[in-house]
Amino acid sequence: MMILTAPLAALGRATLAFFGLIGQVTLFALSALSHIFRPPFYGREFLMALFNIGWLSLPVVGLTAIFTGGALALQIYDGGSRFSAEAVVPQIVAIGMVRELGPVLVGLMVAARVTSSIAAEIATMKVTEQIDALTTLSTHPMKYLTAPRLLAALIVVPVLVGIGDIIGIYGGFVVGTKQLGFNPATYVQNTVDFLQRSDIVSSLIKGSVFGGISATMGCYYGMNSGRGAQGVGAATKASVQAAAVLILAANFLLTSLFFTS
Amino acid sequence: MITFENVHKSFGPKHVLRGVDLEVPKGESMVIIGGSGTGKSVTLKCVLGLLTPDQGTITVDGNDATKGDRDAFLARFGMLFQGGALFDSLTVWQNVAFRLLRGSLKRPKAEAREIAIEKLRRVGLTPDVADLFPSELSGGMQKRVGLARAIAAEPEIIFFDEPTTGLDPIMSGVINDLIREIVVEMGATAMTITHDMTSVRAIADKVAMLHDGVIQWTGPVNEMDTSGDPYLTQFISGSAEGPIEAVR
Repeated sequence: MMILTAPLAALGRATLAFFGLIGQVTLFALSALSHIFRPPFYGREFLMALFNIGWLSLPVVGLTAIFTGGALALQIYDGGSRFSAEAVVPQIVAIGMVRELGPVLVGLMVAARVTSSIAAEIATMKVTEQIDALTTLSTHPMKYLTAPRLLAALIVVPVLVGIGDIIGIYGGFVVGTKQLGFNPATYVQNTVDFLQRSDIVSSLIKGSVFGGISATMGCYYGMNSGRGAQGVGAATKASVQAAAVLILAANFLLTSLFFTS
Repeated sequence: MITFENVHKSFGPKHVLRGVDLEVPKGESMVIIGGSGTGKSVTLKCVLGLLTPDQGTITVDGNDATKGDRDAFLARFGMLFQGGALFDSLTVWQNVAFRLLRGSLKRPKAEAREIAIEKLRRVGLTPDVADLFPSELSGGMQKRVGLARAIAAEPEIIFFDEPTTGLDPIMSGVINDLIREIVVEMGATAMTITHDMTSVRAIADKVAMLHDGVIQWTGPVNEMDTSGDPYLTQFISGSAEGPIEAVR
């Protein structure tokens, strides 16, 4: 009998743990959001987070976007040639970058670079009792550590997405004009004419949501890390996995919301 | 005065505190001794609200430690953590002046820096370390910076968590002497947890031994060696033979 019920029991435990985790993360995110609006505010920590998440992510975002834009142009040209639609390269590169690849790739890069760094830093602070020290120094760890990082990510990741979109389109432009023989002026004109305001707004909203997910996951797993070096490693790994999966899931939901009518 | 009444705390199936009763009179230095994992740190953390007791009450000057204004309550305390717990991203002086740069005790930056440097001097560090980062300091210096941070806001009550762990005997002696001097000078109430019997003799007015989740023995430090309590005697002598199991 045990042999039959054991797998069911294990499945039940895993399901309960999964929903428990969702509940904990949701409560954590709501608490972090509420601390953004309630004083005291830590300006220095916010500016540091803005610099770390925004400025220091620019190289990786730029490189990812330019190569993706270039590859996208090649793929669309080759695929389009199968039904004589090579001319749509500027339009599809623009819409592909702005609506999907820009926000998703920037989100995933931020998850890899920023979520891991936040989780490792906060987990190390927890292991070395720095979080306890903050509390004894009358400083709420959620206000001092989580709220500034979350606010910075909500603000600066859309900016990164915007920059990624532009660089990605430029990557497509370079490949399109240098390799595929498009006229530069026509390429730019087609891109500008085809893009709509809703494409850009959806891209930036996705960026903000993905930034929020990245910062929240980093802070949550850091604050709840286990003991020792192994605990820090596990927290870092789990934070990046969770952020990446949630970004892709949120991307699907947002795309459905914005573009399904 | 800090009073513990029947304080219990469990972590899952592990009952760490099983009814701690203890009084720490105002202005006295109480040292809690006991083996590893007996709940000494848990006891301190329960006072500060870092952990919540499952049962029992902790009062500070008659007021329940878990109720009232947390900021005002915590402003009365200073704590030296075992590993220093200095903030890596801040310089030494910013660590020391942490409480003076924000919150209800906020001062102008220049004044906070001046106080931090004065406290660094008090613990035997020169002003040139003020702009270094904690990672640039030795273990003993980090401990001193932690001590300077604990006393920076002139707290009424200071907690010391294993103040000499990881230090060489000479540096341990220096830290013990500093703690004793500072506590006497400030007239603060002090609670220290340690296994280091040299620290106990240097720091304590009174000693409490925690074993099996309860206070096994408490009394003045000068009665410790003649207590006749088999647990305390075994702990002081460091013998493997006695009522305390050597393997826990």
